[in-house]
Amino acid sequence: MTQNGQHDGAFVTGAGLAAYCPNCRKALTMLDPSRQEVVVHLRVRCGEESGDLFLAPSAEGGRRTSTLDICEHDTVDAVFCPHCGASLVDGQRRCAACGGPMARVLVAGVKQPRLSSFCVTAGNVNALTEKPPEAETQRPARESRHRMPEQDAVLRARNFSEVTYGFDRELAMAEAARCLACKKPKCIEGCPVNVDIPAFVAQVKAGDFLGAAHTIKQRNALPAICGRVCPQDQQCEEACVLGKKEGPVAIGALERFVADFERGTDAVTLPERAARTGHRIAVVGSGPAGLTLAADLVLLGHAVTVFEALHKLGGVLAYGIPEFRLPKDVVEAEIAYLRRLGVKFEVDAVVGRLFDLGDLFTEGYDAVYLATGAGLPIFLGIPGENLCNVVSANEYLTRVNLMKAYLFPDYDTPAPKGTRVAVLGGGNVAMDCARTALRMGSREVTVVYRRTRDEMPARTEEIVHAEQEGVRFRYLTSPVRYIGDEQGWVRQLECVPMKLGQPDASGRPRPIPVSGASYLLDADLVLVAIGAGPNPTLFAGCEGLERSERGYIRTFSDAGRTSLPRVWAGGDIVTGSATVILAMGAARLAAADIHAYLSDGATDWPVPAATAVA
Amino acid sequence: MFTIVDRQELTKRDMISLTVEAPAIARRIRPGQFVILRVNETGERLPLTVAYSDAVAGTITIIFQVVGKSTALLASLPIGDAIRDLAGPLGAVMEFENVGTVVGIGGGSGIAVLHHLLIGYREAGNRLIGVIGAREKDLLILENEMNRLCDRVIVTTDDGSYGMHGLVTDALKDLEEQGERLDLAVAVGPLVMMRAVCQMTRLYDLPTIVSLNPIMIDGTGMCGGCRCTVGGERKFACVDGPHFDGHKVDFDELMRRNATYSRDERLSLLSSVRRG
Repeated sequence: MTQNGQHDGAFVTGAGLAAYCPNCRKALTMLDPSRQEVVVHLRVRCGEESGDLFLAPSAEGGRRTSTLDICEHDTVDAVFCPHCGASLVDGQRRCAACGGPMARVLVAGVKQPRLSSFCVTAGNVNALTEKPPEAETQRPARESRHRMPEQDAVLRARNFSEVTYGFDRELAMAEAARCLACKKPKCIEGCPVNVDIPAFVAQVKAGDFLGAAHTIKQRNALPAICGRVCPQDQQCEEACVLGKKEGPVAIGALERFVADFERGTDAVTLPERAARTGHRIAVVGSGPAGLTLAADLVLLGHAVTVFEALHKLGGVLAYGIPEFRLPKDVVEAEIAYLRRLGVKFEVDAVVGRLFDLGDLFTEGYDAVYLATGAGLPIFLGIPGENLCNVVSANEYLTRVNLMKAYLFPDYDTPAPKGTRVAVLGGGNVAMDCARTALRMGSREVTVVYRRTRDEMPARTEEIVHAEQEGVRFRYLTSPVRYIGDEQGWVRQLECVPMKLGQPDASGRPRPIPVSGASYLLDADLVLVAIGAGPNPTLFAGCEGLERSERGYIRTFSDAGRTSLPRVWAGGDIVTGSATVILAMGAARLAAADIHAYLSDGATDWPVPAATAVA
Repeated sequence: MFTIVDRQELTKRDMISLTVEAPAIARRIRPGQFVILRVNETGERLPLTVAYSDAVAGTITIIFQVVGKSTALLASLPIGDAIRDLAGPLGAVMEFENVGTVVGIGGGSGIAVLHHLLIGYREAGNRLIGVIGAREKDLLILENEMNRLCDRVIVTTDDGSYGMHGLVTDALKDLEEQGERLDLAVAVGPLVMMRAVCQMTRLYDLPTIVSLNPIMIDGTGMCGGCRCTVGGERKFACVDGPHFDGHKVDFDELMRRNATYSRDERLSLLSSVRRG
């Protein structure tokens, strides 16, 4: 293609499009912040000298700058990737106008990545010549489920922007129109907090998005979060009767759309708050359970204070779930909403250290809700676990998400780096680790899991996204030893192959090692994502609080009453590692029970002897 | 926000003492516990030990050496300025028993922690001997405070510019050879120093407590970055420690682990210098 009558330059940049090295797949495009424009960075050789060339494409013909002294129309001799040094010269073609070399790069955007060549000599690489294809917004056949548009896998695997873009109005209304409005909706039962799904979907269908937001918020104070991280495929959407044929109604995507729509307007309405009761409630932990309980009780007229040990609110929503899956401004907006409802928050408040349960009652709180989560990382307990760069998922994700290590050194906290990364485990946390490691610049990321894809506890969407982004999977594989170098850094994993046996207590087939066939896997960073246990800090000063064999808090009712009067507990600290929405479901029940208990003016704390023993 | 009410430069070099308003922590903290602070929004979570606390005034005092970007940033704050986040007290609460004579061995900024720990041993009724060392005279801190607290204090400098010429281990050896009856050693300082002290006290059959300073983020048992091997078991320094039986600690492993981010630390410092 020839434009401006001179040079070949079918090179594209523009919104959402970027160029990559076909060899190392690193980005060649970057943003010049001083000019707010995208430039293409190449290494060029001109005679004896080599240096950097920056091409800024524009409709008028573009502009080039270089560390070399290149005149307007000087021809360069060769062109390389600035990251890996591979030659980018297109061997097949030369520029028809100037005869100079053409650079061949990988261009990725909303479409599938493809190779594209352009003349390097010309400063005027052409402006965006193609519009993003319509495909993403095209409506699929009427009856089948609509999918949210996503960032291209090649592109997104190198950035921290959110993977899915979410529905727009038209797509949301079209998807909502698929709902059959069943007489006996199964989806509500599938939802741990029993959102009136058919009602809000009907409102979306009618275009009443704010009404839909209001409907959801009656049962769920954090819809923008749940729409993104709930395992809908195992809950409401699994129960949808459409599921068997055309795919269930995309309830999660609709919930997210509605919440985002409301947040984008100034129309966030606050529900009416009941008259003040005078009761004070302390919530320990600002994760999903704590936030949900706080929202419920504050609306019922109680004074609620949430204590958080870290400097930032949100618990696992802040430190665990990555930016590309749950943007932190979404979390902050939901917390700001709770503040507007009247919830008080205290950060840097470590339970069991700065204060304990007794202190809370001394200070006049009438009830305490413990929702500290499962924060203690579990390790495999195999040799070599303390080698450098064997890191818990908690540590890795906390460094990257909470401390923003992906912006290092602008933020001060670094994250461990590896070329070949092994992620141990098959849950959502493992997927988060693997995908984060890709975005942190690792060349190869492999998930090592001891069962098969079918048994992986991660959300299907997360597994698919990880696969699309290039994460590798080694199933039926279990590590038995870490091998390090002389300096104490991990270099390899010794693994044994597994086979599936009879179902175990969890109902999944038990993995059994296949004897005598171990092998080595190269890895210079290992992320251990095999689960978490109860954090021991909480229990200092909690004498009399009964715990299960696994160390979690024992509760004596569905509402989460503990062995101590006026103390409730919920979320992962009761169940062990589970999901955001299950924690929220538990918090709902506890909120209702706390309200009933305080309203009654009851003083007794009946704990059935039979269950207490069990 | 936690306001800085006093700031002292303890040495001509880079040892800073900050007294910070933190009434809740000051009421609660016990000798040997630590805090984690974050200077500003982009800052690291920096674990620092507390040298003294004043429950009445509602303040805690931290003493630290400027070694990297975060400590340099902290050192740059004037009186009246505030630290964004301060979480604590962290670490297990130590039991202080009356064992007889406790010898406290401190090096560098570790003397600050040692001082705090010795307050605990003093309250329990022990006789105290302090052995404090520094590379040179200008780097020695808390000599007067140690003199007030201890029954006897020996000062060593590596270059002989002040006190005894030698290492703290040389002073410990002298004490032993003088036939001083020692019942417990408490060593706080650089890892090499603590390792050397433990090698020596193992020979003397003298129980030794050390205070470890591994890499950590949250300080509440959540990240596992601070794990170390003590007596063949995995321990989290933030919740199980930071004080351990020095004879059981795998110091070599800890030294390797502490160097994990040394390249990044240099990069962080460099980039902040470049930006001014």
